[in-house]
Order: sequence, then structure tokens, then C-alpha cells
Amino acid sequence: MFEKVLTRHINLPDSQRLANYEKTGGYRAWQKALKEMTSDQVIEVVKQSNLRGRGGAGFPAGMKWGFVPKNTDKPHYLLNNADESEPGTFKDRLIINGNPHSTIEGSMIASYAIRANTCYIYIRGEFVKEAKVLETAIREAYDKGYLGKNILGSGFSLDMYVHRGAGAYICGEETGLIESLEGKRGWPRIKPPFPAIEGVFRCPTIVNNVETLACVPYIIERGAEWFKSIGPAGGPGPKLYCLSGHVKKPGVYELPMGVNLKELIYEYGGGILNDKKLKAVIPGGSSVPVLTAEEIDVAMDFDSLAKIGTMLGSAGVIVMDEDTDMVNALLNIAHFYRHESCGQCTPCREGTHWAEKLLKKIKSGQGSMADIDLLAEVADHINFRTICPLGDAAAMPIQSFVKKFRHEFEAKVRKSAA
Amino acid sequence: MNIAFSDDAMKEFQEIVARYPNKRAALLPALHLAQREFAWLPREALEYVGRLLELPYSEVYDTASFYTMFKLKPTGKYHLQVCHTLSCALRGAGAICDHVKEKYGIGNGETTPDGKLSLVKVECLGSCGTAPVVQINDDYYEDLSPEQLDRILDGLKTEK
Ligand SMILES: Cc1cc2nc3c(=O)[nH]c(=O)nc-3n(C[C@H](O)[C@H](O)[C@H](O)COP(=O)(O)O)c2cc1C
Ligand code: SF4
Ligand code: FES
Repeated sequence: MFEKVLTRHINLPDSQRLANYEKTGGYRAWQKALKEMTSDQVIEVVKQSNLRGRGGAGFPAGMKWGFVPKNTDKPHYLLNNADESEPGTFKDRLIINGNPHSTIEGSMIASYAIRANTCYIYIRGEFVKEAKVLETAIREAYDKGYLGKNILGSGFSLDMYVHRGAGAYICGEETGLIESLEGKRGWPRIKPPFPAIEGVFRCPTIVNNVETLACVPYIIERGAEWFKSIGPAGGPGPKLYCLSGHVKKPGVYELPMGVNLKELIYEYGGGILNDKKLKAVIPGGSSVPVLTAEEIDVAMDFDSLAKIGTMLGSAGVIVMDEDTDMVNALLNIAHFYRHESCGQCTPCREGTHWAEKLLKKIKSGQGSMADIDLLAEVADHINFRTICPLGDAAAMPIQSFVKKFRHEFEAKVRKSAA
Repeated sequence: MNIAFSDDAMKEFQEIVARYPNKRAALLPALHLAQREFAWLPREALEYVGRLLELPYSEVYDTASFYTMFKLKPTGKYHLQVCHTLSCALRGAGAICDHVKEKYGIGNGETTPDGKLSLVKVECLGSCGTAPVVQINDDYYEDLSPEQLDRILDGLKTEK
């Protein structure tokens, strides 16, 4: 039987309070790390656990922490990415509201591992209430002596602050986030240098997602083997899946990594709204290639989804029923990326404009067959030619929608020709 | 408008600045604070924040104008931010916007003549499982129907 950990206690009253978190075993991992482990040992356990990033890219967390140089005298920083802005994603908000101390404790342990004495939680500006929940939880942790100077007599000191964004999807991208934290526009930086070497304030920096960090205390407490026993070896662990769109029971579901997508939609999500037929599913947030109804018998994990040409991304599953107009749906997505492109790179800035324009044209019945090809071409020209992955994120939906639902685009064009 | 932080706000500002290794990094939180104090961010407010953080107006403006939440123009007392991204669009965000247009006479980016209500369409609010979602000022209202929205607005208006 799979045992929920991240969301297990979130329905209990005052689950966001430190005392209740401790009653269910909270902050034991922090004490264990501080008293019994060196920072290298913490990194080693997280490496062993094979914890991969929950923010979208799936990068192994322990390996990333290991990139922080050992021989600098610069301060190090840990940034907890609570920007949660990928359309279809709403899991970090659940953690913050219901189990904030898990991601705070994870941030403490990660800070210790990378020898950072300052941690900022960068939260999207719209989450006003959630920012307050985090601030209250951090204050509780200071009062308990889990943050501050010489924590529990260990000699290790750590300060933690909440930093609010102000409405910009691109600030979820780690280098956009870093620029934004420095008080500038969220313009992504060219990599290398990678943040682990030169990040915020030109110092070694690690950025991790809320959910990634929330897994860490459980790994430290229960061990890497426990974590690895859940789901596929190539990327195991408990996982939060976000279900939205045309399902009967939308919401966040904590299940093992690798749950079957069909089961997720029909068993957990209760099936398609109004018992309609399924047309399409976006499995990992709006940035990833769409799947047809025939393709959903697949395990929701990094490698299985990559095998069929899409991605787990942020596990934001968006379900579309048989009546969904796929041209409209793609226009909605294309509009989003046009609006959110930061404008630094020409292919992304111009390409997202073009794509939206072409889609509007096709939708309004003014399009031609050549426009459909042009749309796909525009997407091909953005892909892999930009500073940050937002360009790819804009291109992948276009390429996959046009390829898999081309008949709907053609039908619009034919209708207008008739 | 007299642009200066109250004593309490100034204390808060000092606490904010202390969290960062340089003043520039305090710009976003300082702008949030200014917006809370002054309701929106006229040029004088940006200049004021700039003086406090030793930044030229041009740089403050450059940053502030990048972010959708910083109001460089005033909005209505109740600022409706209707999410219209995919999951909300699939679950009736369009009907919410149509209803606001019909009943209150405002479209995207508009404010009612009495200054009470303004509407702006926003991108995904990170709450897609309870679509459609509208943020009114700081608060989220989820799983909304047009009728529920009316009730919420009536409630807010009678509050004061
Ligand atoms: C356009 C764009 C938006 C992103 N938005 C988020 C986000 O909202 N939250 C997040 O955790 N990661 C986001 N990411 C991924 C981050 O760049 C980064 O990979 C992640 O925070 C690393 O944490 P992880 O390794 O724990 O996943 C985004 C990436 C891109 C390209
Ligand atoms: S790819 Fe787009 S969002 Fe990313 S840096 Fe370039 S212009 Fe900005
Ligand atoms: S699409 Fe509306 S909250 Fe995400």
C-alpha cells in the first residue's frame, strides 16, 4: 500500500502549525541532519535516493547540490522556488497551505547540505495568503530555535525569508527568479555560469522547487531506500499530481511516481465531466506536448513520458473532452507564452507573436493551409534557439497540437474556404 | 497625494532592507509596500522608493513596469483579476468575463465610472483545480459561477 507523506496530515485542523507538524514527526530530520550528519553525508543520502526535481526539469537534486564549490569564501544561497506559475499546476500551493513546515524543513536541510546561511522562498506575488502562511511558519521555526544563530548548538546558522514576486511567469525559471530576487526584471541569464557556481548576488546558489524540498525531510528520516522503493528506480518517490480541466474530481492527488495516467483520470479523477469522451490530455503543465486519448495508457514518470515524446514537467494534468476546440485551446496556450515571453531573444519574442496571430487568423476563418504549415515552422524556429527554455515551452505545444490534431486546424481552414 | 511612508510602514521598510546584502534587492518588496500604502504606484511613489533605495527613477520604472501586479495606473476599489488561462477557460472563465461585461459594463482593463470595480484578465493563478478562479484584490475566489460572483461583490460592497 502506498502511504501518503506530503499531504497525509493536511486535512487535520491547523496542520500548518509547527506543533502539529512536530506531532507527526516533523523536525526530527532537521535535528538528525544537524547532530548526526555532515553536509556531505546529507548530499550523499539525497543522491542515493534519486530524488529528481519536481519543478519541471527533473534534475537530480543531490547531484545539483554537489555542484556547489567547496573552496569559495563567498556566501552560498538556497532559493526555494514557490513561483508556481506553469499553467495547470497548483500543488505547491497545497503544500504551503497545508504542510508548510515540510518545505521549510527541507529548505533548512538543503541549506545545511550546500552550506548556505541564507534561504529565500520566492513565492509568486498573487499568493498573498500563502506568503503569510509561510511567514508565520518561519516565525514559529525561529521561536523554536530551528532557525537563527548556532541552531541547536550545532554551530550552524541560517536565516530564512519570504520574497514575493509580482506577476511574471518567467520568474519561475531559475535565472529569471535570481534576477527578480536581485530587484530587476526577471530576465533569464545565459548559462553557463550555472547558478551553483554563480547565482544570486554572484554567489553559489541552488534553486529547488517547493515539492522537491518537501521530500527531503522524509528522505533524511526514513532513508534513501524507503524513497527508492516508491515507483520507478529512474525517478522515484511520492508525487503530487494536479488534475484540472474536464474531469469530475479535479484536485491534487498524492500517488507514487509512475501512476498510470488513465487510472489517474478515471479512477482518482472520477472520469470525464458529464461522462463525455476524452479528446486530449496535457500531462505536465501547458509547456509539454499534448497526448491524444489513445496515448494515455502510460506511467506518469520522467522516463515513461519521455519515451512517448512528452514530459512529466510539473505534473499539471489538463484534461480536454471531446467537444474541446483544439484550435481554441492552442490559441489560449499561445496567447499565454506571447504574454509571458520576456522579450530578450528575437526567436521567442517574435515567434510567440507570430504564432498567436496565425492562430487567431485560423480561428476566425481567415486562414489557409499554408498558414498551418507556417505555424509549425514558426514553432520549429523558436525551439532550441533561445536563452531560456520558455522558447521551447512555447514551441512544443504548437508542434504537438498541429501534428496530432491537424484535422481540426484543416477543418477550420476548409470551412472558411467554403 | 502626499507620498511618504507612515512610521509603521517605514519600520517595515527598514526590516525588509535588512534581509538582503544590497538595497537593490529590496526593490520588489518595497514596491509592494508602497502599493499597499498608496493604493497604486504613481510616478511620485516610484521616485520615493527610488530615493529610499538610492536608485534612479528610470531603473525603478524599468523594474516596476515588467511586473503585472504593480499598478502604474489606478484600478477600481475592487479589482477583479479573472484567470483566463486554459484550465479556467475550459471551466467557464469566458462566462465570468461576459457576465461582468453585461452586468457591470466593463471589459478587460476597464473600470466602472464610480471607481468601484475594475476588470483585468490575468494568466494562470496557480489554482486550476478549482477553476474558474477570480482574484479580487488579494483574495482568491474559486470554483465560481457568475451568480456566486454577484453575491460576493454585493457582500463586499455592503461591507463599507
Ligand atoms: C519558463 C519557466 C518557468 C518555470 N516555472 C517554474 C515554477 O513556477 N516553479 C518551479 O519550481 N520551477 C519552475 N521552472 C523550473 C526552474 O527553472 C528550475 O528548473 C526549478 O525550480 C529547479 O528546481 P527542481 O530541480 O527542484 O525542480 C520553470 C522553468 C521555466 C523554463
Ligand atoms: S526564451 Fe523567451 S522568455 Fe526565455 S529569455 Fe528568451 S525571450 Fe525571454
Ligand atoms: S488556469 Fe486558471 S488558475 Fe490555472
